[in-house]
Amino acid sequence: MNWFTILGLIVVGCPTLLVVVLGVASIIDRPLSERWSSRLVQIAMVAGLLASVAILVMMLNDDDRRVPIELGHWVVLSEHGHMTAKQLANSDHAHHALFHFSFKFEFDRLSVPFVILTFILCGTIGAFAEKYMHREAGYNRFFMLYSIFVLGMVLTSLAGTIETLFTGWELVGLSSTLLVAFYHERQNPCRNGLRIWIVYRLSDCGLLMAALLLHHLSGEGDFDSLMGAGAWPEGVASLPPAQAFTVGLLLLIAVAGKSALIPFSGWLPRAMEGPTPSSAVFYGALSVHLGAYLLLRISPLLALSPALSALVVILGLSSALFAAFTGRVQTDIKSALSFASLTQVGFIVAEIGLFAWLGHRWNMPKLLYIPLVHILGHGCVRTLQFVRAPSLLHDYGILENAIGGRMAFVPPRWSSALPQRWRTRMYRLALHRGNLDAILQKYIVDPLVASLKWLDGFDQWVVKRVNGKSDESVSDDS
Amino acid sequence: MNELHYPWIEIAILLPLLGAGWVAQIPDRIIARRHCLVFAVLASIAAAAEAWDFYSLHVHQAEDHWHLMTRLIGRELFVIDELSAPLVPLTSLLFLLTALATLRTKVPRFSFSTMLVGESIALAMFSAIDPWVIILMLIGSSVLPYFELRSRGRPTRLYAMSMITSAILLVVGWYLVDSCGRRPESFWRLIPLLLGVSIRCGIFPFQTWLTDLYENATFGTALLMSTPLAGAYAALRLIVPYAPEASLRWLGLGSLLTAVLASALSMVQKDARRFFCCMVISHTAMVLIGLEVATPIGLTGAMCVWLSAGLSLGGFGLTLRALEARRGRLKLTHYQGLYEHAPALAICFLLTGLGCVGFPGTIGFIGTEMLIDGAVGAYPHVGPMIVIAATFNGIAIMRAYFLLFTGVRYSSSVSLQIGGRERIAVLTLAALVLGGGFFPQPGVSTAFHASQYLIKERANRIPEVKAIHHEEDDDHDDNDDEHHDRDERDDHDHQD
Repeated sequence: MNWFTILGLIVVGCPTLLVVVLGVASIIDRPLSERWSSRLVQIAMVAGLLASVAILVMMLNDDDRRVPIELGHWVVLSEHGHMTAKQLANSDHAHHALFHFSFKFEFDRLSVPFVILTFILCGTIGAFAEKYMHREAGYNRFFMLYSIFVLGMVLTSLAGTIETLFTGWELVGLSSTLLVAFYHERQNPCRNGLRIWIVYRLSDCGLLMAALLLHHLSGEGDFDSLMGAGAWPEGVASLPPAQAFTVGLLLLIAVAGKSALIPFSGWLPRAMEGPTPSSAVFYGALSVHLGAYLLLRISPLLALSPALSALVVILGLSSALFAAFTGRVQTDIKSALSFASLTQVGFIVAEIGLFAWLGHRWNMPKLLYIPLVHILGHGCVRTLQFVRAPSLLHDYGILENAIGGRMAFVPPRWSSALPQRWRTRMYRLALHRGNLDAILQKYIVDPLVASLKWLDGFDQWVVKRVNGKSDESVSDDS
Repeated sequence: MNELHYPWIEIAILLPLLGAGWVAQIPDRIIARRHCLVFAVLASIAAAAEAWDFYSLHVHQAEDHWHLMTRLIGRELFVIDELSAPLVPLTSLLFLLTALATLRTKVPRFSFSTMLVGESIALAMFSAIDPWVIILMLIGSSVLPYFELRSRGRPTRLYAMSMITSAILLVVGWYLVDSCGRRPESFWRLIPLLLGVSIRCGIFPFQTWLTDLYENATFGTALLMSTPLAGAYAALRLIVPYAPEASLRWLGLGSLLTAVLASALSMVQKDARRFFCCMVISHTAMVLIGLEVATPIGLTGAMCVWLSAGLSLGGFGLTLRALEARRGRLKLTHYQGLYEHAPALAICFLLTGLGCVGFPGTIGFIGTEMLIDGAVGAYPHVGPMIVIAATFNGIAIMRAYFLLFTGVRYSSSVSLQIGGRERIAVLTLAALVLGGGFFPQPGVSTAFHASQYLIKERANRIPEVKAIHHEEDDDHDDNDDEHHDRDERDDHDHQD
């Protein structure tokens, strides 16, 4: 076991241990004290950060651009059934396994900066949340879900196989949903949490189907077989353009769901129901960028298919335009910030589509560092804005009290050029967030629910007809 | 045939039967529960020992020691093999935990002696490979809920009609298959059997009896009738080894439709029991899809989903039952905010619920992945449908979680905290759901052996499958030869 493996295990092991400790305490109903919860989070974040920085230093020192760490096969099925998984993993037969599921982590120029960003922001926000959540009823629940989120982020960032990525991706989705519904004695957070879960689950179908297709096309879910053996961003995908387009399209659905791109943008302002620390780190910095991160990871696929790249650019720009338009009329600071985030994410996605294709055409793959730097910078700035938001409002209150009235608002000049009727219409459209949610609800959700309810009613009608009695007499008979 | 070291099979079947007689004599229900628990624990130990003994032999099939049945009736009725070995301890565990998690307030309504009879029948069914014995046990297991419905004054017509039809179809169907030397080349000969199994599994449009049972029987009885997936076992023993590919495809099509439809319906249910019933139907159908695919990966996935669904749905059902015991029939029409009063139940609800839908880190994850992988390999259109069904189930579970545990501040004058016995039951299942998720290899290997065994059985009985099997073997040998040749060439190059 070399130093890279040891440090890699620390990076992945710290959040895993944190989840195990906090999870076991929650399940057996013996929650840790506030001090211990936050201290454990800090220890895990600092240890993970130091290990990942050490890996970065060693990679720079050795000029290693890519360090894969394989933890062996989690599950192996082979015709040679008498061998154990470990023996199979070490033998040549593993390549001929009927099915194998491996945990592999990639440390490269894409994943290491992202995982460092994850540890820095999660550590900072963890420290902020220690004070912010002090004496809240759900203090332990918050940190439990927070640790699941960190583990999900680390697994997604470092995933070397699509199955590992899917594991992390789902953990991020679950923790996001439950943190949005954190204040669960009110109905709105719960409704919004459920909506987010629905969008995540539906868009995750794309990721799962892409994983299946990948298995089908290359026999395994390893990113190496998809992206070529070259280190990011120089990898060259080995799929034909048509297959690259199909796999990429499925992944794009997952990306759109996770990063709230059109037509899934409606969930982003709903996610602001959660506590400010989680909103900051999830929708300002990390979770909302996961889609863009996945696009960067599969950038060799984009390079192969100009149509896919064009689609990514269009999706990114239209989401940015939509968010900029909608964000201008939001009446609460967190929603305004969330749409500002989405504007930047839209630009980042467009950059990825553009630079992946241009980089391939001009043989300049390093152009992809531009969106990566954009993600890192935007994540830090937006997190700061989110955590500053509550005190900023407080400061504004003091200021307005001091001057004895509202601060002056000067509308942009170009807006007065539009007729009043159009201005009103556009204002309403922006306020209703482009009616995206209403359109999805009216044309997809409502007909589906109505037909399912009809079918369910028919089932109950059959029961009543055959039994010859109405079954109104239900009691608590368990 | 190989023999176990001790007569575990018969002990596991007889202990609950003896216990039923013993418990029925006890007038005090609380003491009856205590005695029932002792017998259920002993039966579980025997079932676990049976599986352990079998795996230690490293054989495909084993009979009981001392051949008690041969001495009594002239032939062995019960045999353990690769397919039944994991199902026997799973079933006994579900019965044990159901008895353990029955609250004191609900003891008068739940018949422990009937439960033990049911356990004995279920264990006998999972230990039988003779089709007639399996059919007999299926019929026997469906009689007990009927008497319960009658004694509670609930409607029985739909249940009785469905079970009688299913029993007749199974008997006629198996007679038709048996009469042609168990080689039913014509699809028509298999139709009664396919219909009988479909009714028993609740395949669309025959799902109505199961929702009716959940609405009218006690939750415990409905849970124990459906979660061990006895209908799937009938399909595994009566159909899969004998049915040609074309006939299996019909069953698969019905199962696919049912899986998607039931999962979709679970999203709009207004009653928690009906919601749970839809989940059970959807998972039974998913297992049947895997069985119908009949490839090593598909079958392994189906077996894994079977085990994970048994455990996860069992835990999920017990959590719902515990909630029902506190709040009465649970409606999914409004928020109920029970989290603050029963956080442990909320966590178990989520854990077991997510285990059902194959969430990463739970026991269902690998099984669902393999099931989809196997299905895509056989029929590309099937994989996306299973993904959609799993997605709908996931949405339904989270909806139910939010409706039951959140949304309002619920005030209660009595404690709704989880009791000691319930805690043991749900924590055991939660530990198995997570443990199976983190260390899936033993379970998957077991399921894989079972699937290989089943495929060999099919290949021995069905000529078309045998031909495919031979072709695959030849291909495999060719690949191995090529691989060997390549290795040799590489070695030569290295030497050069």
